[in-house]
Amino acid sequence: MSKKVIDATIPTIPLGARFQRWFGRNLIRVYMVIAFTYLFIPVAYTFAFSFNDSGKSNLIWKGFTLDNWMNPCGAPEVCTALANSIKIGLLATIFSTILGTMIAFAIGRHKFKGRSTSNLLIFLPMATPEIVLGASLLSLFLVFKINPGFWPTVIAHVMFCISFVVVTVKARIASLDPRLEQAAMDLYANEFQTFRRVTLPLVAPGIAGAALLAFSLSFDDFIITNFNSGTVTTFPKFVYTAAARGIPAQANVIGSAMFFLALAIVIAGQFVNRRKAR
Amino acid sequence: MGKIRTPYLLLLPGFLFLFTFFILPILNLAQTSTQTPIAGGDTGQYEQTLRFQNYIDAFIENREQFSRSFVYALIATVLALAISYPLAYAIAFKGGKFKNFLLVLVVAPFFTSFLLRTVAWKQILGEEGFVVPTLRTIGIISPSTTLTSTSFAVVMGMTYNFLPFMTLPLYASIDRIDPRTLEASGDLYANAFTTFRKVTLPLSMPGVVAGTLLTFIPAAGDYVNAAILGSPNTKMIGNVIESRYFKIVDYPTAAALSFTLMAAILILVTLYIRKAGTEELV
Repeated sequence: MSKKVIDATIPTIPLGARFQRWFGRNLIRVYMVIAFTYLFIPVAYTFAFSFNDSGKSNLIWKGFTLDNWMNPCGAPEVCTALANSIKIGLLATIFSTILGTMIAFAIGRHKFKGRSTSNLLIFLPMATPEIVLGASLLSLFLVFKINPGFWPTVIAHVMFCISFVVVTVKARIASLDPRLEQAAMDLYANEFQTFRRVTLPLVAPGIAGAALLAFSLSFDDFIITNFNSGTVTTFPKFVYTAAARGIPAQANVIGSAMFFLALAIVIAGQFVNRRKAR
Repeated sequence: MGKIRTPYLLLLPGFLFLFTFFILPILNLAQTSTQTPIAGGDTGQYEQTLRFQNYIDAFIENREQFSRSFVYALIATVLALAISYPLAYAIAFKGGKFKNFLLVLVVAPFFTSFLLRTVAWKQILGEEGFVVPTLRTIGIISPSTTLTSTSFAVVMGMTYNFLPFMTLPLYASIDRIDPRTLEASGDLYANAFTTFRKVTLPLSMPGVVAGTLLTFIPAAGDYVNAAILGSPNTKMIGNVIESRYFKIVDYPTAAALSFTLMAAILILVTLYIRKAGTEELV
């Protein structure tokens, strides 16, 4: 008798309906798994084929090897291109971060005539397609009889990175509590001391983030670089030219290494932030 | 006195740089676009004229690539929005303490070079990859169908490559929504769909606008996906500009095309922002 009562309160649900209910409840999680799988497919592919014992063309799986990782400069052009990309990236990061941070402070901290025009000048390069930026800069260099090459590429990268630095640093400046600076002034710090001891340390994470963004934009840029670099090969340019005849597995090694390095930097950054927040 | 000057002094070096290497080149591009070849001169030699006919010639000759660029970019933007919105929503509302980690996961694939990933798609979808033989065995595609060198591959590549530009701004604006507004909507007898349509979506509009712009603009000018994943039949305006510059050395046409592309995008963007009614973009 009592058994029957229990049966009535917990009716057995058919498996199909149970699945349907689980699915409805977890739909969004299932979706996340699918979306992240889609995002990571080419990364996983690149990583897997960095272990391919492929010889010249890395198209078909031929067997597992660690050679490519032990000797990433086995395809010499890959390392030359990588070195160029790093040099250009570092120079572009330094200049664009300095210029962009100054602009961000001017716009974020001061009221002046022409502020909205300034905002527009920062927005325009971001709203212009890369191919137009690259092509127009190349025609300017041609007019002044400057050959495309290393420095024109650096100039081009500084140009398109500045806006992104300004936007990033400006957001950080806008989120500052103005009372912190007022407090410093109340404690008899002069303007310069306040800036150096209070404002700058508070904005520093924003500047660091902007520099990281600038470096990754520069490092990964292909279109603008292709127009202004002449015979200088960067890493993306190397991949593009090699794509037709199959890229060497060493390029996969470098791509994968970049992935893990950047991931480590981001996770370390989050860790530092969390410890500071405590 | 010094105080008034400070902002201008801060702006000076950066704006001097932007003026020289952004504004000046654009003006120079405008000038180049109306040049004509020197009669009897070598290839690549042009003289300054005011031939605005260049624009019409260039547009008529390449109208197919122009419309293709905008159609591909539009489809890629819509697809990216459709994929990113639920993802951003899930991270913002269901991410819990893993929010930051999940955001890193969204950006992480983009640390592998953009070109390497595009080449990877080419090989995955290519004849040697595993997708095409599998689909053929199941019978979803016929034995003669290929996936690479098609407009499908180009649009898919563009959708994939610009996805974080869509997801991040969407996340930023969805994450700012107070969940209590959604509860309030439910308390007022709105069903899930109405709540989404009347509360969530309007509140996330700044993210939708920023995301679609950040996807559409680079997609319309892109030529890498079309070059790697496409065929001569999927050429976009970017491919034409590139080959006019490097292979044909036809600077005026390339300049006219670049200028038309930029103008078309700026007009579309302005109309779109007006319509969407958000001004807080920068």
